[in-house]
Amino acid sequence: MAKAKGAIVVDTVTCKGCNICVSACPTQVIKLADQVNGKGYHYAYMANPDACTGCSNCAIMCPDTCITVYRVKQTSAEPTIH
Amino acid sequence: MADTYTIISPENLVYKKTDLLLDNVMHYCPGCSHGTVHKLIAEVIDEMGIQESTIGIAPVGCSVLAYNYIDIDWQEAAHGRAPALATAVKRLMPDKIVFSYQGDGDLAAIGTAETIHACNRGENIVMVFINNGIYGMTGGQMAPTTLPGMPASTCPTGRDVKRDGNPLKITELLAQLPGTCFVTRHSVHTPGNVRKTKKALRKAFENQLANKGTSLVEVVSTCSSGWKMTPVQSNKWMEENMLPYYPLGDIKDE
Ligand SMILES: Cc1ncc(C[n+]2csc(CCOP(=O)(O)OP(=O)(O)O)c2C)c(N)n1
Ligand code: SF4
Ligand code: SF4
Ligand code: SF4
Ligand SMILES: [Mg+2]
Repeated sequence: MAKAKGAIVVDTVTCKGCNICVSACPTQVIKLADQVNGKGYHYAYMANPDACTGCSNCAIMCPDTCITVYRVKQTSAEPTIH
Repeated sequence: MADTYTIISPENLVYKKTDLLLDNVMHYCPGCSHGTVHKLIAEVIDEMGIQESTIGIAPVGCSVLAYNYIDIDWQEAAHGRAPALATAVKRLMPDKIVFSYQGDGDLAAIGTAETIHACNRGENIVMVFINNGIYGMTGGQMAPTTLPGMPASTCPTGRDVKRDGNPLKITELLAQLPGTCFVTRHSVHTPGNVRKTKKALRKAFENQLANKGTSLVEVVSTCSSGWKMTPVQSNKWMEENMLPYYPLGDIKDE
């Protein structure tokens, strides 16, 4: 079966660093940055991008809708042998 | 495996902010449930293609500025009077789709009479009810919905039922009224619950298109500033304390 692989883009200007996306991610992709944005919030970023499946849980949970999600269906390089 | 930068391209897009959410940054505290519910309402209106015909009624409470965030027509009600204003708008313009949006202080304290009578008349409107168990906007005072033992700024040692009375399960009460067709309680503290809340909102709007009467969608919510917890702690506290008292699910569906 094709394996999905995803990526998120966080709007770091509007992110309020609430940590809700971090706790909603089933594969621990997201962390809050040590740096702060213009409003003084530690914004969210992909700390572990390889683990993102593109499930969108973080994005639908974000109260400020700061996250955009992308997902590709992986096509296996080798033909599947049945 | 594809690299993150190649994945981020338009053909792989699976979730983006709906165009109905305006670019204004919400004034809510970090993690506030109001933002999540605003997003769901905007998505439902977008997906149903009813942006041009929907009118929202904003309350008094933290969501007093809701009209700054969703790109539809709005009216601002006096504190507690959103169901009365929604009644007027819907009766004057029956072709419009009308919803009210209220907190627990607004819907279940100062506006109790308007709430009950709109539901009892079976006004053909959607009522969205954000129950965070507190008066968020004014500094975290006790609300009719505050749980027994739950601290608030006017009951710092916790609500004492002997002194302060019992929390009001107004949603169960409204389900008794013949005018309501759909009365349901949800939450937005997990991705699964967010999806269920969105489905319930969609159904409520569809009920209005089918002229079925009043649909009430309660969302048990958090107020991390009033509760004096982080947003993530608030979600956990809500699940452990609010949900046993305010259980999720449909109370009435006709
Ligand atoms: C007539 C009137 N009485 C009192 C107030 C003060 N007041 C503003 S918001 C509010 C309570 C809001 O609580 P809730 O409806 O639960 O909304 P939240 O902020 O928690 O979302 C009160 C009492 C007011 N604005 N107008
Ligand atoms: S949920 Fe949204 S606002 Fe909160 S930290 Fe994540 S991206 Fe930022
Ligand atoms: S899309 Fe899913 S896997 Fe990727 S960061 Fe968000 S919650 Fe985690
Ligand atoms: S005070 Fe509470 S309800 Fe109001 S914006 Fe802050 S968290 Fe939300
Ligand atoms: Mg409230």
